[in-house]
Amino acid sequence: MRRKVESDVSIEMETSGQVPVVLRFSHVGFSYESLPVLSNVSFHVHEGEFVAFVGPNGSGKTTILKLVLGLEQSQEGTVSLLGGNPKRTRSLVGYVPQHASYDRMFPVSVGEVVRMGRLRSSLHRYTKEDDRFVQEALEQVDLSNLLDRPYSNLSGGQRRRVLVARALAVHPQILLLDEPTANMDKESETRLFETLGRLKGKTTIMIVAHDMSIVSAMTDRVFCISSHGQEGLGRTVVQHKMVPEPEDTMKLRVLHNEDIPGDVCPLKENEEQQ
Amino acid sequence: MNFFQALTLPFIRNALMAGILSSVLFGIIGSVVTVRRIAGLAGSISHAVLGGIGIALYLNATGKVPGLPPLAGAVVFALLSAIIIGYVSLKGKQREDTVINAIWAIGMSIGVLFMAKTPGYTDPSSYLFGNVLLISNQDLFWLFILDIVVLFLTLRYYPQIEASSFDEEFTQVRGIQTQRIFLIILGITAVSVVFLQTYVGIVMVIAMLTLPAGTAGYFAKNLATMMIGGTLYAALFSFGGLAVGWILDVPVGAMTVVFAGAVFLGTAGFTLLRKKIARRKKQQGNS
Repeated sequence: MRRKVESDVSIEMETSGQVPVVLRFSHVGFSYESLPVLSNVSFHVHEGEFVAFVGPNGSGKTTILKLVLGLEQSQEGTVSLLGGNPKRTRSLVGYVPQHASYDRMFPVSVGEVVRMGRLRSSLHRYTKEDDRFVQEALEQVDLSNLLDRPYSNLSGGQRRRVLVARALAVHPQILLLDEPTANMDKESETRLFETLGRLKGKTTIMIVAHDMSIVSAMTDRVFCISSHGQEGLGRTVVQHKMVPEPEDTMKLRVLHNEDIPGDVCPLKENEEQQ
Repeated sequence: MNFFQALTLPFIRNALMAGILSSVLFGIIGSVVTVRRIAGLAGSISHAVLGGIGIALYLNATGKVPGLPPLAGAVVFALLSAIIIGYVSLKGKQREDTVINAIWAIGMSIGVLFMAKTPGYTDPSSYLFGNVLLISNQDLFWLFILDIVVLFLTLRYYPQIEASSFDEEFTQVRGIQTQRIFLIILGITAVSVVFLQTYVGIVMVIAMLTLPAGTAGYFAKNLATMMIGGTLYAALFSFGGLAVGWILDVPVGAMTVVFAGAVFLGTAGFTLLRKKIARRKKQQGNS
């Protein structure tokens, strides 16, 4: 199928079953200098899915994120984002970085940060239309009243939601969040998940996190970066089955004792059952 | 003769022009260098420039390359050190600060060695601390050209400069060549440093790149107002330095830097105090 997106990048996506595949890792291997980080990683994500990538710190989460965004190149296998090389298609991704080491003295307003989501390489000046996107994105994260406030005056949780708004201003095909709830207060966390809930189904959402608490009832699939990496080999990615948590309906329990290979497709499984 | 009468003297007029033309570079490049936290890189490049000056003086005085201007050597060394520093900070993250300091030290040492072997007396102090009274029309011409180039690039690429300074990774994902932007910023900083050192000298260029922009940073609401504020502060400091330097008969470059430093520290102290008072009031309001 072919679709023209608002940006200049035209994408052609493969389909698996009925739903297009937006991201596919095929036998991806990555080493940092001589240290193997990932080996034989295969998985795919469908359009509109809400998926979580979970793995302990230092397990290669950040590497997967960088491979998705074309910020690193895999030595083995291929990464296909929206049907193409991530370097070409990554501008269709709304990326929400941790941005923890930012300069507190950087003079910039909330509106100006969100406006960066409208950045194009050919851009001269932001337009009125860009401002409209900024307004709209801030409304989606319930922060439109902070448009003119200095970014550094906000709380950590509010800043993170501003970065989510910046990613939404892209009008992304995929929203990719790196540890979105790290150092976040409870209220901001609730509001963030409300925002994500409104986007679920319309935008593909991928969350990268170090602990399972990120897995909510909204999550369609969980990919775990396997903890049992062998000596001298990189880690790989597996899926886990999930069942509703009996006490908390907002959470899902992840069954760690059942590994499903990363590339198995739940949609296909369902089709076979029918 | 008072200062305003002295403004009719050609060398004072040249100094004043140099101060105004330098302010634009100090304000704009200074803001970018400050928010990107690459003042250390700029400091290293500016000191390494002495190596190029020393070699050029030597080649000229020994008749090997007659008529070679010191600034030509300075530009070569500035760009060379910018390329090395740029490469190291993009590729090998580990030893970045060691390399930066090495270039700083090696550049200066080469300068001292060649000056020692240059026939006749060479005084490095006018390069180290600047000598506003020696500013030529040619220096003014080059400063003017640099002003035009920097103003043009800033107006044309402001969104890209702003975003890549704030969040390089995000900007790269947006499809912007952030590494190219970084290298261009480094290159322009290097060349600017060469022409800016005529006013305050090699040692203190870095002060004028950081202090006016830093002072403006306390009030600026975005990068653009920081650039404009930095330019105005730099112009004020240069003019003040020139006036007081003339009246008290002390080196203008040093006076300018003292003036800039005092205002910066004063502003920093004032801001800190204001925040403290605001916090105390808030606490009292709560209790």
